Amino acid sequence: MTTEKKEQEKVDIHPNKEGYEPDEITAISPWKDAFRRLRKNRLSMTGFFIIVFFIIVGIFAPLLTSHGIDDQELVNRLQPPSSEHWFGTDDLGRDILTRIAYGARISLLVGFIAVTGALIFGTLLGIIAGYFGKWVDMVISRIFDILLAFPSILLAIAIVAILGPSLQNALVAIAIINIPIFGRLVRSKVLSLREEEFVMAAKAQGLKNGRIIFHHILPNSLAPIIVQATLGFGTAILEAAALGFLGLGAKQPTPEWGYMLSNARDFIQLAPWTLVFPGISIMLVVLGFNLIGDGLRDALDPKMKN
Amino acid sequence: MPTPILEVNGLKKYFDVRGGVFGRKVGEVKAVDDVSFTVNEGEILGIVGESGCGKSTTGKSILRLIDPTDGEIKFEDQNIADLSAEEMRKLRKDMQIIFQDPYASLNPRHTVEKIISEPLLVHSELNHEERKERIKELLEVVGLRAEHASRYPHQFSGGQRQRIGIARALANNPKLIICDEPVSALDVSVQSQILNLMEKLRNDFNLTYIFIAHDLSVVKHISDRVGVMYLGGMVELTNKDELYDNPMHPYTQALLSAVPVADPDNRPDRVILEGDVPSPSSPPSGCPFHTRCPMAMDICKEIKPEFREVRDQHFVACHLYD
Repeated sequence: MTTEKKEQEKVDIHPNKEGYEPDEITAISPWKDAFRRLRKNRLSMTGFFIIVFFIIVGIFAPLLTSHGIDDQELVNRLQPPSSEHWFGTDDLGRDILTRIAYGARISLLVGFIAVTGALIFGTLLGIIAGYFGKWVDMVISRIFDILLAFPSILLAIAIVAILGPSLQNALVAIAIINIPIFGRLVRSKVLSLREEEFVMAAKAQGLKNGRIIFHHILPNSLAPIIVQATLGFGTAILEAAALGFLGLGAKQPTPEWGYMLSNARDFIQLAPWTLVFPGISIMLVVLGFNLIGDGLRDALDPKMKN
Repeated sequence: MPTPILEVNGLKKYFDVRGGVFGRKVGEVKAVDDVSFTVNEGEILGIVGESGCGKSTTGKSILRLIDPTDGEIKFEDQNIADLSAEEMRKLRKDMQIIFQDPYASLNPRHTVEKIISEPLLVHSELNHEERKERIKELLEVVGLRAEHASRYPHQFSGGQRQRIGIARALANNPKLIICDEPVSALDVSVQSQILNLMEKLRNDFNLTYIFIAHDLSVVKHISDRVGVMYLGGMVELTNKDELYDNPMHPYTQALLSAVPVADPDNRPDRVILEGDVPSPSSPPSGCPFHTRCPMAMDICKEIKPEFREVRDQHFVACHLYD
């Protein structure tokens, strides 16, 4: 080989040595990139602010309200909204605004706990089923199928009926009925990721299964999990409200929104405000979570990249 | 006498075809059917063949990324087809792979530093600082710069990504690297850069490659010996020059005559093959090539020809040379 050709080769294998590429390129993590796109989405930011508003209301409920949560003013029963009681009073003369503010704590906590529970167990089961396949997958998938075969609210009612009606048991029931939703989602994502070349590459490097699952498969399946979690927040709150409405969730005097609705049912014509305000609160929180969820879905989907 | 680093004997990989309500086995695809060859230390063995002939499956079976159905894979006199999963995991330090698609083979959520550090993390005793140093060294070896370490794969071009894949494969100083069509996803000018880099690395680090490709000129450029595969079987295997100058198997002859010549006055006689490659789920009886072979004889339909040494270091599976 001539020296000239050798020189040529040297240049060939180091095309970047003399920096034709600008140096100021910085690392952009895929997560930061998604967050940047989410911030540009007005609708989902609206949803975000709705949720933040309710979180603040929930946390600072004692400071924001002038009435006690259980203060009964029987003289002022079923009062329409006024400067004294902004949202009116209920059948026991309690201030509805106060109860909604305290109720925000319960509803958001219900959503958070139920979704977290379902997410942890669902994701774990889904990963095990998808990654190990074969009979493990068969068993886990059939359990999911059985859980999904019942209408979710019916299953929740059955679970609460067995455990006994209380807010805690309603939470457990809502978490259980949401497990297969997360489980299936994660399983299908893992099934497709398992065939990805970078997972095979990880195996070829000699990484252990645990490391492949937690460093390669899980981070790449987080996007749909996060979206489902935000959307699930809304449904969980609705389900808690439904159970409360049916008398299977929260009990008097807990200011749970669903239960407030159920109480107010008798006064629909007489005092519609007892019904309207808890209803609007539920709607706003669920809407807020759905808007965030939709925005996240767009932000995390690599195909939407501009 | 060169020392063999890898001996493959009767390697088979059948994929089950399942159908019906209960997913019963209704047939099998013979992706790799009885392939045997040896790879000598320090050489580059090219494997060519058209799409679907089992090249990649052979490569991945050797690394047990796909579990072979049958056969013996002896790496440094140890049959790795029998190893437990844990023993195999430890052995992966010495046997590496470079994948075809540089876009799919790097985890999009990891930085380059993390991608290259993972094999070091599992197989070496290096501490954090030493690993950083080694990653920097590896990046420079493959023609990237140390500051690339903090970036993500999507910030690189195809050729640069393939360099990252090569750096990852080199991390633990492997002895054997299987290159599964490493340049076929790159454009031609980048292909030559990567090929030159791989050749240089082979010389610098005394590597052995199994180089899988469908591009005859790429294989001719880089290989010492070349094996030709057709429908899951090896039909011819010999030194590069012998194969290109004196192909013996009719399939190899047809394949080589299809290579375009950059001279309009010198048109070689083309061997045009009739028909398509038969389905590997129902391969023809006898010689798998007899349905398309211009020189097929009666015996070819009956008996599968043995893959044997017809001349010195020239293996052919064809009845013409019985």
